[in-house]
Amino acid sequence: MNKRHMSTALAGLAVLSGVAFQSGGQAFAQAANAASAHRVAAVTSLTGAGSTFDYPFFNKAFYVYGEQYHVQVNYSSIGSGGGIQQFTARTVNFGASDVPMNSGEVKKAEAGGGAVVQLPIALGGEAISYNLPTVKQRLKFTPQVIADIYLGKIRKWNAHQLQVLNSGVKLPNLPIVVVHRSDGSGTTYIFSDFLSTISPQWAKQIGRGKSVNWPVGIGGKGNEAVAENVRNTVGAIGYVELAYVLQTHMAYGFVKNRAGQYLLPSPATVAVAAAQKPGVTSTNFSIVWEPGKNSYPISGYSWVLLYKKQPNVATKNAVVKLFDWMEGPGQAQAATVDYVPLPANIRAQAHRLLATLK
Amino acid sequence: MSLLRDKTAQVWIWASVLLLPLLIVLFLIMQGNQSADSIARFGWGFLLGTTWDPVHQIFGGLPFLFGTVVTSLFSLVAAGVIGLGAAVFLTFYSRGRVRSSLGVLIELLAAIPSVVYGLWGLYVMVPWLQGVGEPFLARNFGFLPFFRGASLGVGYLAGGLILSIMILPTITAMARDVLLAVPREIHEGALAIGATKFEVIRVISLPFARSGIIGALMLGFGRAVSETIAVTMVIGNRPQISSSMFAPGYTLASVIANEFTEATYQLYISALNEIGLVLLLLTALFYGVARLLVWRSTRGVGM
Repeated sequence: MNKRHMSTALAGLAVLSGVAFQSGGQAFAQAANAASAHRVAAVTSLTGAGSTFDYPFFNKAFYVYGEQYHVQVNYSSIGSGGGIQQFTARTVNFGASDVPMNSGEVKKAEAGGGAVVQLPIALGGEAISYNLPTVKQRLKFTPQVIADIYLGKIRKWNAHQLQVLNSGVKLPNLPIVVVHRSDGSGTTYIFSDFLSTISPQWAKQIGRGKSVNWPVGIGGKGNEAVAENVRNTVGAIGYVELAYVLQTHMAYGFVKNRAGQYLLPSPATVAVAAAQKPGVTSTNFSIVWEPGKNSYPISGYSWVLLYKKQPNVATKNAVVKLFDWMEGPGQAQAATVDYVPLPANIRAQAHRLLATLK
Repeated sequence: MSLLRDKTAQVWIWASVLLLPLLIVLFLIMQGNQSADSIARFGWGFLLGTTWDPVHQIFGGLPFLFGTVVTSLFSLVAAGVIGLGAAVFLTFYSRGRVRSSLGVLIELLAAIPSVVYGLWGLYVMVPWLQGVGEPFLARNFGFLPFFRGASLGVGYLAGGLILSIMILPTITAMARDVLLAVPREIHEGALAIGATKFEVIRVISLPFARSGIIGALMLGFGRAVSETIAVTMVIGNRPQISSSMFAPGYTLASVIANEFTEATYQLYISALNEIGLVLLLLTALFYGVARLLVWRSTRGVGM
């Protein structure tokens, strides 16, 4: 074997690996931007990425939009974190995240693409579902009891605290099997936000986040796995998105709200909670534990991320038209997949924000 | 013309040979680079820490390491014993149509995608374990520390079992191929001097094929260690160390798959990359040990 051939091969591989070491993402983003800047005709396709919570709603809404306006919107459901990363790298037209970007993430995105606009796009509530085949009535829970169950302080279904709330019900002597999400999720963020708000012990010990250090319980990957674990295990309890629980007919309970009412999660009760905070912004976005007689206490928004400065006029028009529609007629599509339509004042605010795009 | 072709071929061959070690080295460097923040912050404490708290920015990888090692070793033992038995049967106790159709079925098992195994595990195996399997073990073997605690269905036992099923075809197929390659003369020679069939297998064929069988086990273990989706669906995803197989656990690959998309700050991403680095080094370590075993055991015997 010729030494020269070996060194040629080595040199070729070194060049290849050097190229590989460059941020490939950056190169792609620049290429994509260059391509979009040269687009002259009307834009016929847009891309987005992010939250899995939004996916069923987006899937339906974008299909209907495509049929009406002949613009194809491709959405990659890779998770809120992925959505923020792709948005920051400017490889997509919009990102979607269950939790708005924090100041650090906003700064990083602004460094690349200028000012960022975050709009609420979807609204959801979380049901407390459980598996107790011998119990026919719907159970009642208070926030403190839920916190204590998830802290591991209440271990059995017939514990005194639960029995007191459900006096007419014969609760079985079964251990409570706590189920939570194992993947990082906006659903977990909203739930831990709720628990941090009503339980100082939870706030101090565990805190709020898309992934937290759960004191007890088993983790399921995705709403589906949580639901499956609850269905398979007698005595299990888990928090699941409302849309999911409605479609799979799981048993879920009443939760006591701030006004002292025991409420079931439903499009009506979640919408009331959202309406309590008309001035919701990306820095003040939590709507758990809102006041109001019919406010469901475990609710939260999902957000769409856009750059104020769009690469060209055609793209800006396409993006603004899409999201004006999503914040208007598109919300009717939300109801058909058991999502909660946004309240009118929130939508008006979103339209105002969209008007600022350049 | 043919000289140019010759030279091109030589360059191509050298490139191919060098590409593999280069990839491994590059991989290690890139992983190390990505994990730098986490290594700087936690040092060796990462391998000993048991808390995984993304909210308070404390990351420790011991429960995941424990989970990966336990489930992979369990599956290696279970699949190794059954797989070797199946390979011996296929090679020495079956012929013709039986052998070929059984062989095809085993290879089909190997072709089933991991996700399908995961779904089957979650929807079929886990409820069965919770209702039948684990209570049975608890009743009859409950004196052992491995079979204590609540039967949730999900847990180390479910993870180990699903991995065993997944690596079984790999081990069986490879072991069978290796055993089939043992020269017939040696087999017949041993029979001729009065050995029973099983004695021949035990004393002659298996030792002859030892390095190949170890190779089969290594390949199986490699798959078990890296298996992600199927395991994360049935293991319970709880970072805890427990002596009981019924307890929920977590593996290195599972935590990466679960948390990577939502890791939004640098230390978090770095910690997950460090988990990946630990997985990489664990696999390398195991392969190193296996190669050592093969080298030592085949110094005398040839294959």
